[in-house]
Amino acid sequence: MDIWNVMEYTAWGLSIVFGLYIVIDWIKTDSTYSEEELMSSREGELEAMTEEQQL
Amino acid sequence: MSNTDITSAEMDGMGPKGTKLGLARVLGPAHIWGLGVGIVLVGEYMGWNFAVGKGGAYAALLACWFAGILYSCVAMIDSEVTSTVAAAGGQYTQAKHIVGPLMAFNVGLYLVFAYTMLEAANAITFGFLIDTVAGMTGHEGLDQRPFIILSIMFLAWLNYRGVLATLTFSLVITAFAFCAIIALFLSTAVFMSDSPLRHVELMTDLPYGWLGVLAAMHFGLWYYLGIEGTCQAAEEVRSPARALPFGTLAGIMTLLIAATLTWYVSVGLMPWEYLGQAGVPLFDAARLSGSMTLMVLLGVGTMFATLASANGCINDASRAWFAMGRDHYLPDWFGAVHPKFRTPYRSIIFLVPIALVFALGAPLDQVITFSILSGLLGYTFMPMNVILFRRKWPLDTIKRGYEHPFHPIPAIILLCLCGVTFFAVFLGYGSQLVAMLSFYIIVSLWFHFWRYRFVRRAAQFTMPWPRPRGY
Repeated sequence: MDIWNVMEYTAWGLSIVFGLYIVIDWIKTDSTYSEEELMSSREGELEAMTEEQQL
Repeated sequence: MSNTDITSAEMDGMGPKGTKLGLARVLGPAHIWGLGVGIVLVGEYMGWNFAVGKGGAYAALLACWFAGILYSCVAMIDSEVTSTVAAAGGQYTQAKHIVGPLMAFNVGLYLVFAYTMLEAANAITFGFLIDTVAGMTGHEGLDQRPFIILSIMFLAWLNYRGVLATLTFSLVITAFAFCAIIALFLSTAVFMSDSPLRHVELMTDLPYGWLGVLAAMHFGLWYYLGIEGTCQAAEEVRSPARALPFGTLAGIMTLLIAATLTWYVSVGLMPWEYLGQAGVPLFDAARLSGSMTLMVLLGVGTMFATLASANGCINDASRAWFAMGRDHYLPDWFGAVHPKFRTPYRSIIFLVPIALVFALGAPLDQVITFSILSGLLGYTFMPMNVILFRRKWPLDTIKRGYEHPFHPIPAIILLCLCGVTFFAVFLGYGSQLVAMLSFYIIVSLWFHFWRYRFVRRAAQFTMPWPRPRGY
């Protein structure tokens, strides 16, 4: 087994680690916070706050 | 407006309409430059050279400049509209406010498809590059799949964890890749005492005449494809009115320089017959220069350009998907923001398996073609968008971060060049073009007859603009 075979296995391993991190954090986040809070983002915040348009 | 404290440290991102969690406003103009140029620069390292194969070296240069005009128009128009419609979703949000829901739905899909396909293409290329390096060290039969998957998973993880680190990463590796092109040009054209460039011997007339120039336009897009992606960061920049035009216009200038230098060096080192089908032309150019330093520099530059492009694509596709979810154009579940990382985490997660399927199961040329076609459909929408924008809200009615000059000339030029490019694409990929258009017609019917009933029609128009002229 040469260095490239080792790198192949390392790449598989790291991919699994990154994937698991994302999935575990996703489940943890969804179970900790309410849907209302997670989806409370609204568009157009900065414009309403800083622009001074004539309505 | 009056009851919102925009200086509050605890309430960062909170808006006047009940936002508890918003995307983090942490980016500056340099990140916008890194995002735009990062998505595109891989096209200088590979892909643009197929234009040489279609019509010879001069045809590729003409395509480079015509496409440069096309994308300069795109950058100017985008800078004006996005500095005013500064929200995630970019052109999707512009279409929603200026044209209408059906156009917005289509533009949103163009964006997601263009970026997700490009991400998949970059991952395939990354696997190919690793395989090439392994081959150069004498290892045969490398399994590319773990490297393709790793590139997507690592960048998805980075995007999931926060936009500042993601786009700072893009900025650094993009700057490196751009400097590598400059170094290649300076070394071969200026500093080497015996310059290896052989333009006099290698340049020929147009081998396929002017039809070759037309055909070259298809791949001429590769020099700049994706610069419009800067708009997707509109909701995450500290100052949209300044950062978006500055980053986008600096980006297109960078790309015009990089594209011309790339063409100049490559056609001076390789005959057009070889260059027209080379896999990694800039790396080949570095090898032909005879300098090991340049070889390493351009090899790393190729790798970085590929990663920067995939990184920017994940960022942009997820913002477009997120914005559509937030407006209920898609299930609102996608409109969630991570409470800690302040990223559209569900949209990022959802697009990962789609990118993996295309990266592992589809041929590279088909993936790239679908990406180009979706991008081209998006560019065709832009002239109409800006003409309507100026007509409904003339310059004296809305304060803009940037006003593009000579309106409507850039819009008309863009529309004409899009028409020429559609014809060029039709010459080579007619069936894919028809398939793509059929797909968008079918999903448009689905949106019109089914999905639109779920859209909160009054809530989707958020800009504090005056009533459009004529309404």
